[in-house]
Amino acid sequence: MTSIGTGYDLSASTYSPDGRIFQVEYANKAVENSGTAIGIKCRDGVILAVEKLVHSKLLVPNANRRIQTIDRHIGLATAGLLADGRHLANRAREEASNHRETFRVQPPLKIVVDRLGGYTQAYTLYSSVRPFGVSSILGAVDKDGPGLYILEPSGVYLGYYGAAVGKGRQLAKTELEKLKLSEMSMRDAVFEAARIIYLVNEDANKEKEFELEMTWVGAETNGLHVPVAQALFDEAEAKAKAAMSEDFEES
Amino acid sequence: MDHFPTNWGRPRNDAIDLYGTYPIHSRPGPTTDAFSDGVQRTQQPIVTGTSVLAIKYKDGIMMAADTLASYGSLARFKSIQRLHSVGEHTVIGASGDLSDYQYIQSLLDEVMIEEFSAADGHSLSPDEIHEFLSRVMYSRRSQMNPLWNSILVGGFKNGKRFLAYVDLLGTTYSASTLATGYGSYIAQPLLRKAVEGNEDTLTEEQARSILTQSLRVLFYRDARSLNKYQIATINAQGTHISDPVTLDTEWSFAEGIRGYGSQTK
Repeated sequence: MTSIGTGYDLSASTYSPDGRIFQVEYANKAVENSGTAIGIKCRDGVILAVEKLVHSKLLVPNANRRIQTIDRHIGLATAGLLADGRHLANRAREEASNHRETFRVQPPLKIVVDRLGGYTQAYTLYSSVRPFGVSSILGAVDKDGPGLYILEPSGVYLGYYGAAVGKGRQLAKTELEKLKLSEMSMRDAVFEAARIIYLVNEDANKEKEFELEMTWVGAETNGLHVPVAQALFDEAEAKAKAAMSEDFEES
Repeated sequence: MDHFPTNWGRPRNDAIDLYGTYPIHSRPGPTTDAFSDGVQRTQQPIVTGTSVLAIKYKDGIMMAADTLASYGSLARFKSIQRLHSVGEHTVIGASGDLSDYQYIQSLLDEVMIEEFSAADGHSLSPDEIHEFLSRVMYSRRSQMNPLWNSILVGGFKNGKRFLAYVDLLGTTYSASTLATGYGSYIAQPLLRKAVEGNEDTLTEEQARSILTQSLRVLFYRDARSLNKYQIATINAQGTHISDPVTLDTEWSFAEGIRGYGSQTK
């Protein structure tokens, strides 16, 4: 980034001479420092999982959730600034609620993501605001079946089969690419999601305390976005931990 | 540049606010509005439902309503569900204006989604839903624009039964038997006689037959009722609303009746 520090990064309303908006790129930096979040779109549902770094032992377990519920069937996992994630989730809830009020139907994910994309992009246009420091993974099962999107600080959103954002996204993507996601059952996907989160933590954030956070929506949950059932969660986490210690012994 | 993100994308009136200096909440607006000045209020119900009945029984609450939506005295829609479950623990049933009832259902849906999104492990209990409805009803009657309904709220949560009434004035009360509309004259005495003092012993079958008998009497006496009904049960297993059932009725005595209509002898 040659023009850094030359004054083109002071506002999101100014391009650099080579056509970039530095504030948006800095927002992406904020995302890269965050614990990894992944999403899996499988045969009949979507799984969201987050590696939530716990910065203090004094925190109440499961505090500061990073996966939020937007509507009955929509979940949003964020990587980046926690507070920006909350703000975006609140906006998403408003958008979903407005769509419901106007059309009296369950809001389709692509419409909520599109509205949110427009909102995010507006924060890249003015010198008086900063872009959001979060990349979000949105997952839902709606009339079009399972859906999974990543929304970036620039306002760009794209659909995915498997999604990963945050520090360990490269490794997570490599792992996701090995799987036959669209043939996978929700239960199998929960195990894979837990395994990948533990794997990327081992790789990128070793020594850092973290909590695994997992939610799902689909056939197994009656179309509701809810935390993964405790028994299954415990099983998946135990298996992921076991896989880690196996690797450790091998190497 | 407008520094208030809430203003972005919204129309601004240059006649009043030339430089966009007002935050949205204090922005001066036009004093007349061609649309809202023409607003009409509900002065009478249009498409209506008749009585709803509900009783306490051993395991919880049982509620019943027929499936008719009348247009004045015309039996306009004969397959309209008037019982509606709200969350896991509550069922509401309404008589009165059915478009207002549909609006109330959407209000409740919005609240339930808000609570669900909080994902804090709590869900609204029947008494909270009833309180919410009563505030909505009272607020609307205070704006001289009531939601034209009488609503029964029945619920079962944490081992406790709940049954209460709220109407278009915001009036509320609670009892072990409740009925709205015509049913409050015809069915309520029958229900009281059968239920009061027996709330903790009545079985589901007994409760069902008490309600069915009351619905039958109502069908004989209430010209806005129908012989097709649904029964909701709310108990420890959650809520359940039955498929529509047809009443058994007995009309053979009608041949013996003289003195109405064209039969004069």
